[in-house]
Amino acid sequence: MGMTITEKILAEHAGRKEVAPGELITARVDLAMANDVTAPLAIKILEQYGIDEVFDPEKIALVLSHFVPAKDIKSAEQAKLVRAFAKKHGIKWFFEEGEGIEHALLPERGLVVPGDLVVGADSHTCTYGALGAFATGVGSTDIAYAFATGEVWLRVPESMKFIFYGKLKPWVMGKDLILYTIGQIGVDGALYRAMEFEGETIRELSMEQRFTIANMAIEAGGKSGIIAPDEKTVEYVKERAQKPWKLYQSDPDAQYHSVYEWDASKIEPLVAWPYLPSNVKPVSESTHINIDQAFIGSCTNGRIEDLRVAAEVFKAALKQGKKVHPDVRCIVIPASKNVYKQALKEGLIDVFLEAGCVVSTSTCGPCLGGHMGVLAEGERCISTSNRNFPGRMGHPKSESYLANPAVVAASAVMGRIAHPEEVVGATRLAGV
Amino acid sequence: MRTKFRGRVWKFGDNVDTDQIIPARYLNTSDPYELAKHVMEDSEHPEFAREHREGDIIVAGKNFGSGSSREHAPIAIKYAGVPVVVAKSFARIFFRNAINIGLPIVEAPEAVDEIEHGDEIEVDLERGVIKNLRTGKEYKATKFPRELQEILKAGGLMPYAKERLKQKARQQGKERGG
Repeated sequence: MGMTITEKILAEHAGRKEVAPGELITARVDLAMANDVTAPLAIKILEQYGIDEVFDPEKIALVLSHFVPAKDIKSAEQAKLVRAFAKKHGIKWFFEEGEGIEHALLPERGLVVPGDLVVGADSHTCTYGALGAFATGVGSTDIAYAFATGEVWLRVPESMKFIFYGKLKPWVMGKDLILYTIGQIGVDGALYRAMEFEGETIRELSMEQRFTIANMAIEAGGKSGIIAPDEKTVEYVKERAQKPWKLYQSDPDAQYHSVYEWDASKIEPLVAWPYLPSNVKPVSESTHINIDQAFIGSCTNGRIEDLRVAAEVFKAALKQGKKVHPDVRCIVIPASKNVYKQALKEGLIDVFLEAGCVVSTSTCGPCLGGHMGVLAEGERCISTSNRNFPGRMGHPKSESYLANPAVVAASAVMGRIAHPEEVVGATRLAGV
Repeated sequence: MRTKFRGRVWKFGDNVDTDQIIPARYLNTSDPYELAKHVMEDSEHPEFAREHREGDIIVAGKNFGSGSSREHAPIAIKYAGVPVVVAKSFARIFFRNAINIGLPIVEAPEAVDEIEHGDEIEVDLERGVIKNLRTGKEYKATKFPRELQEILKAGGLMPYAKERLKQKARQQGKERGG
């Protein structure tokens, strides 16, 4: 019987010829990752059980990204603990604050390649599936276990297939495709399962937008999101890879839990209203909603292409003598230092500053109500991030709306949720 | 490990996410008792941390623990003295984390539909049965696969890991010796 790409990668890492959904396996990991929130717990767990050695210091990544540069003394203590652990064990892939958000950083540095099995103590670890790798979020105990043994226990997931065909409308991005998917199947629609995305629309997308799609698989409850590697994947990987890669494809007779096929040309830019990422409505039905803050960044949408698209909207606004609306704060956070440098080189940062945005060093910050833009009671934010749960970005009675970077930039200018065409005009023919 | 619990029910709805269980503003610590002080603070029962008693049981709808991978969520629940969580279903990372830290969790959709806030219930993990002491009605709970039961029995993943590392060391010793 045929296997899905997910089953093939899992079988390879379990030292087996094949695996079937539902089986519990112990798999070898190619990379185990934790951040400044989840690593301290894992480090304490290792200490508690007297485990003084890691399985391989070259297969562990520690990324300071969430509450750094330290937002308070406790956060500083957590970062300090992680630094000391990295030094003690000679962890090769330790990244200091400001280097980037892990899910932008690791692919960018070639630390995840097609065919890998990666576990990360961060739910958005599923992002790396865009490279044709199996990647899943786990907790701190799982990561402590992986640091110690190089292994993880996994239940082989059933796979769901999502096929997109058709040409995208102007200003529609990968973000809209994943919001559409979550809107259709719900926040537990893919619970415990692997989400496989394919079709001509996906093939047309840049790697940046594919990362956005895989990134939010967890918001449908998915164990992983995956996109089979193609020439774009190889193009992306070949100048970065720190190790050899292996390209897997699903067999034509592979078994799926379910298959969905959608016409992407009918999808317009979408907005997920509070308090679930599945509460999705078209921008056109959201334009009456005033906002206090706009956030462009995060592991979902803080990559260079996201910033280019946002800057295009602000540039158009500036030409008309418009800026960020006087009642709105707009925060732009490049997802990594390299993205920041590239944005500087392309003049995007100038555009953001000119338009009245605040630009910060790379951090997860506002996405999880950590720092750099926490919301007050009753405040409303439109954000390119991934979650709009109660209190996610600040006060339990604040609200977050999720959208793509063009919609967020347009909303920042208009002071309410807006379609990019309201700022730029109907100049684009298709996609971004 | 204890396998039978009796306690008063706090009832929650669907999709109780990890930001409701332990908001990110408290993630600058991993001290379990500190976390427990803020458990369920942004949920529909913000009074939970203040008013619950040791041994009270959380009963919730589907997709409990969705969102973040923060193990701080099941830890906060465990150290608040909640012995077991019953839900229609659990989000997968929460499910893993709960097993890995040795917090018993039980999936029982029918029981969740009929159990009410404030009811007294009994949860028997070995038999996979939940009993509502107010109505006397019994419900079946989904049983875990054998491997996961073993992790829970060992007291969580790390005690299990120590055993596994010892095995590996013995094997390597043999290989060198032979």
